[in-house]
Amino acid sequence: MRVMVPAALRSYTRELQVEAEGETLDALFTDLDRRYPGLRFRVVDEQGQLRANMRIFVNGLGVRDMQHGLAADDFVAVVLALSGG
Amino acid sequence: MSQTSAAATAKKPGAARARSAAPPATRLLLMVATRKGAWFFHSDAKRKSWTVDGPHFLGHIISHVMLDPRDGRSLLAAAKTGHLGPTIFRSTNLGRSWKEAVQPPAFTAAPAAGSSLPARSVDHSFWLTPGHASEPGTWYVGTSPQGLFRSDDGGDRWAPLASVNDSAQFREWMGSAQDGTPDGPKLHSVIVDPRDPQHLYFGMSGGGVHESRDGGASWSTLVQGMEVVGGFDPNTITFHDPHCLRICPTQPDRLYQQNHCGIYRLDRRGRAEEDVWQRIGRKMPKRVGDIGFPMVVHPRDPDTAWVFPMDGQDVWPRTAPGGQPAAYITRNAGKTWQRLDQGLPESQAWWTIKRQAMTVDAQAKPALYLGTTSGELWIGREEGAKWQNIARHLPEIYAVEVAELA
Repeated sequence: MRVMVPAALRSYTRELQVEAEGETLDALFTDLDRRYPGLRFRVVDEQGQLRANMRIFVNGLGVRDMQHGLAADDFVAVVLALSGG
Repeated sequence: MSQTSAAATAKKPGAARARSAAPPATRLLLMVATRKGAWFFHSDAKRKSWTVDGPHFLGHIISHVMLDPRDGRSLLAAAKTGHLGPTIFRSTNLGRSWKEAVQPPAFTAAPAAGSSLPARSVDHSFWLTPGHASEPGTWYVGTSPQGLFRSDDGGDRWAPLASVNDSAQFREWMGSAQDGTPDGPKLHSVIVDPRDPQHLYFGMSGGGVHESRDGGASWSTLVQGMEVVGGFDPNTITFHDPHCLRICPTQPDRLYQQNHCGIYRLDRRGRAEEDVWQRIGRKMPKRVGDIGFPMVVHPRDPDTAWVFPMDGQDVWPRTAPGGQPAAYITRNAGKTWQRLDQGLPESQAWWTIKRQAMTVDAQAKPALYLGTTSGELWIGREEGAKWQNIARHLPEIYAVEVAELA
């Protein structure tokens, strides 16, 4: 599936859209980490929780449950929550 | 590279070596960690001019940068961003290139069987300490929330110390993240006894001072004599809030401490009943008090130490008392203190110094260095007698370290 990553993670992927696989969000980030080592821990903590101020949209719908199921044709966007300072 | 205000006549590091057969020139490196990245400042033994190298990791929150004194070239940087999780970056060429740790500090994913302790996640690595001289590649890091981790491969892979992180007793003393300081409770001041790699200390804000004599397998608590906020029981470890511990390099049985409740010294004579911290801050001027964050010890003279007091009244403004910043020095192990403010702003200066943002070099006549919350970098020449600005307009400074390059 297509995954859009924020510019802050471009040092890992070199691209803003990449391909990855997984039947859940958790599995998707495991696959992303296999392809781009180190990426997962910047987004998902050691307890398997999405880090604060990170947002994920699946086909435009906001999701925080890392066990959320995914289909091969889903579009996943990883977004940094808007903030200041 | 560009140059800073005090660097108008900066020379390229190593230039003196090419002109004469004299011994290799001393090269000093200042490592400045800030809320928005890291900067390095280079100079020589005269310390008259500085060349700036940076920013590194622009936009990253850098809690600490340390040089490995065992090789004089390797650097570790504790980093995160406002959004991205914590990690450690490593450089083996003085910052020309960096690699991320393969396995950054992280708590165990699941509590031990039968444990009811809540699982935790590292928010940021806070305090980096190189291991003993006899253990090249070994590092320790203290984190927020409080955790202690060790690496044996130069900082590439980090393992949690279960004796601290998963101990029900330590977890009770640490409390939860909400029980800690506004930007997170910290495990800090990780110290390795220069005589013994198995002898370790650390402090917790809050949660007391602790030591291990078996390399971190087991720990005992060192809080006798330390005061706590009025009305609370000093026998309850969680109430103790050491801000910064230092060991005297040439007299490792002497420790100094800046605490939430005063300045202390501990002289250890080998008998546990005599391990009682003495509040040497009572000799500070009453109008200044003895509250602050950093504590700095002389590289050779165990009777000499410095503090940088802050306002700890009512709501804890955490600014220079009266808007008049000054370091204080003792040359007699805390019997008396002298004010060192020549060159610092005389009034209306409301910055402060965080616990890692003041240090001293090891030159024949040591200089102090401090970084302010307002992004100014200062040198205190002649052991702090004469202050001069090195740089302004940096982001909020979290840590300043100085080292002599190999």
